[in-house]
Amino acid sequence: MSLASELPPTTKAPEPSAAREIIRVRDLVVGFGQTLVMRGLDLDVYRGEVLGFVGGSGQGKSVLMRTILGLVEKRSGLIELFGRDRDRLSTAERRLVERRWGVLFQNGALFSSLTVRQNIQMPMRESGQVSAKLMDELAMLKLALVGLPASAADKFPAELSGGMVKRAALARALALDPELVFLDEPTSGLDPIGAAEFDELIATLQHTLGLTVFMVTHDLDSLYSICDRVAALAEGKVIAAGTMEEMLACDHPWLQAYFHGVRGSRLAGAPGARQKDMRGRG
Amino acid sequence: MARLSSRREGETVRFSLGGEWVLADSGALEPEAADMVAAARGAARAIVDLAQIARLDTAGAWIIGRALDELAAAGVAVSVEGARPEHALLLQETKFRRFEAPARARGLLIVDILADLGRSVVSAGQDAYDGVVFLGEFVAVTAFAFVAAGRFRLTSLVYHMESFGFRSVPIIALINLLVGAIVAQQGIFQLRRFGAGAYAVDLIGILVLRELGVLLTSIMIAGRSGSAITAELGSMKMREEVDALRVMGLSPMEALVTPRILALVLSLPLLTFVADMSALFGGLLVCWIYEGISPAAYLSLLQEAIGRNTFFVGLIKAPFMALIIGLVAAMEGMATRGSAESLGRHVTASVVKAIFMVIVVDGLFAIFFASIKY
Repeated sequence: MSLASELPPTTKAPEPSAAREIIRVRDLVVGFGQTLVMRGLDLDVYRGEVLGFVGGSGQGKSVLMRTILGLVEKRSGLIELFGRDRDRLSTAERRLVERRWGVLFQNGALFSSLTVRQNIQMPMRESGQVSAKLMDELAMLKLALVGLPASAADKFPAELSGGMVKRAALARALALDPELVFLDEPTSGLDPIGAAEFDELIATLQHTLGLTVFMVTHDLDSLYSICDRVAALAEGKVIAAGTMEEMLACDHPWLQAYFHGVRGSRLAGAPGARQKDMRGRG
Repeated sequence: MARLSSRREGETVRFSLGGEWVLADSGALEPEAADMVAAARGAARAIVDLAQIARLDTAGAWIIGRALDELAAAGVAVSVEGARPEHALLLQETKFRRFEAPARARGLLIVDILADLGRSVVSAGQDAYDGVVFLGEFVAVTAFAFVAAGRFRLTSLVYHMESFGFRSVPIIALINLLVGAIVAQQGIFQLRRFGAGAYAVDLIGILVLRELGVLLTSIMIAGRSGSAITAELGSMKMREEVDALRVMGLSPMEALVTPRILALVLSLPLLTFVADMSALFGGLLVCWIYEGISPAAYLSLLQEAIGRNTFFVGLIKAPFMALIIGLVAAMEGMATRGSAESLGRHVTASVVKAIFMVIVVDGLFAIFFASIKY
């Protein structure tokens, strides 16, 4: 999994040109009852990049993700996925779009009555056409890719630890080799070693599969090490978006507190290898 | 589309792969990979050129990797050429490895059946034992809650009495009204043949008060409230809420189970009374319509037909039925394990076991009251 850094820097080119936007959100308004969670939010996610999405607890990071996924109704605004307005898609087209993304929910959302193997095979099974042998092998391969032992394949989600659930859920999200992956706090609840491995895994997959990653995270390590860009949510809007350096330079008080707080400055103060790594790939 | 072309130069076979090697095409890719292995048999060297591949995902890379492994196993020296860096990386990541198939122990069918049978006998015995243990714990905890005043959860009790008792009144009244009417109608029609249509009132009074009222109410409550108790406790168990209570030093039995079971024990006699009254009223309507027995005549006939004991036989049973429903529901809820499937299974088991036990106990009561001539 450390192969990511051996790659020549040319293979990744998240060119921020208009045509490269895989998700485009304009003037999004989302609310529940009297409260407005999103107030005219704009967001772009470019093809091939890892976008880290940060924001205070309860600011609506997950709501935004769920709105993009179509799980929460928006009041108004535009959401374009793969260059197409989501409201204008027919049911069949929407299903095709849904095939092209994978989602890792915060708590895994594994199907509790299926084994890990069956969970991973679920999307493949629905796509049809895949032989049973290949499905078994691919499920085991995905398990190996996310760093789970083969013995986990026939366990039920209830028998797994929190970190293993995360990994199994990622394996399921990657089952169809999606172009776009949504990760809701992928490294929360993982030990630092596990979290670092997870980050590397995502970086590797991004290189090999040309994955675009939309990652809601609070993990400053992840933000420094694998995110190409970071967007910050506050007061129902994206208050800033850009590379980590740009975010660090931004003088919004919340961002200052976030990145230059006790935890943030500990990392920013000694970026060393991380920053170098970022430049090497970026 | 996936493309494969091969060219043989003496001992060397040269494969050129192109097009899309992705999961969606796996149905076509697997045979092509098999062809590749077959074509290279007997050759000393195989060169696989990946330069023309437009799209490659893990499934495609896996199929290629598997073919390469099979070639190597067949004694062909394989080399890969022209792979783009990201494809080479993907191939390396998905390098073929053998996954041992999960061992499925398959014994003799007859042995399996006998083993299943034995297991269910043992588990039925275990259920009975657990039930007694649970009852003991419930009685001890409840008695303790009463003695140590202030520990008793009155709010919770009232809340559950409302949801199990008060909110069941309409449906209990309705089904018993209908059943009372049906019994009256059948009674009238059958007894009329002997010119004894008016005796339908005796039939209604005794049948409804002794058996039907309490039985129908219990079955309805087992389905309506027993399942709710199991589902509530089960999902609390699944989400570790029960564990959270326990580590706070609170007994789940005292905090969750006792109020629910007590609420049932208090509600069910009240509901049974409602059921009795509405069934008798249903009988009254039918007797009036079909047999022309006026309400006043119906009431005086009823008074002759039944004694106070008839009424109490039904009512005495109600708290016992409630206890059975509550205990079964709470036990099943607490036995729920992690999965949604487990919750569903336990809710089903709760309702089925509760109804079964209610009917069995009703039979035992019938024998008991007959032998004490009450």
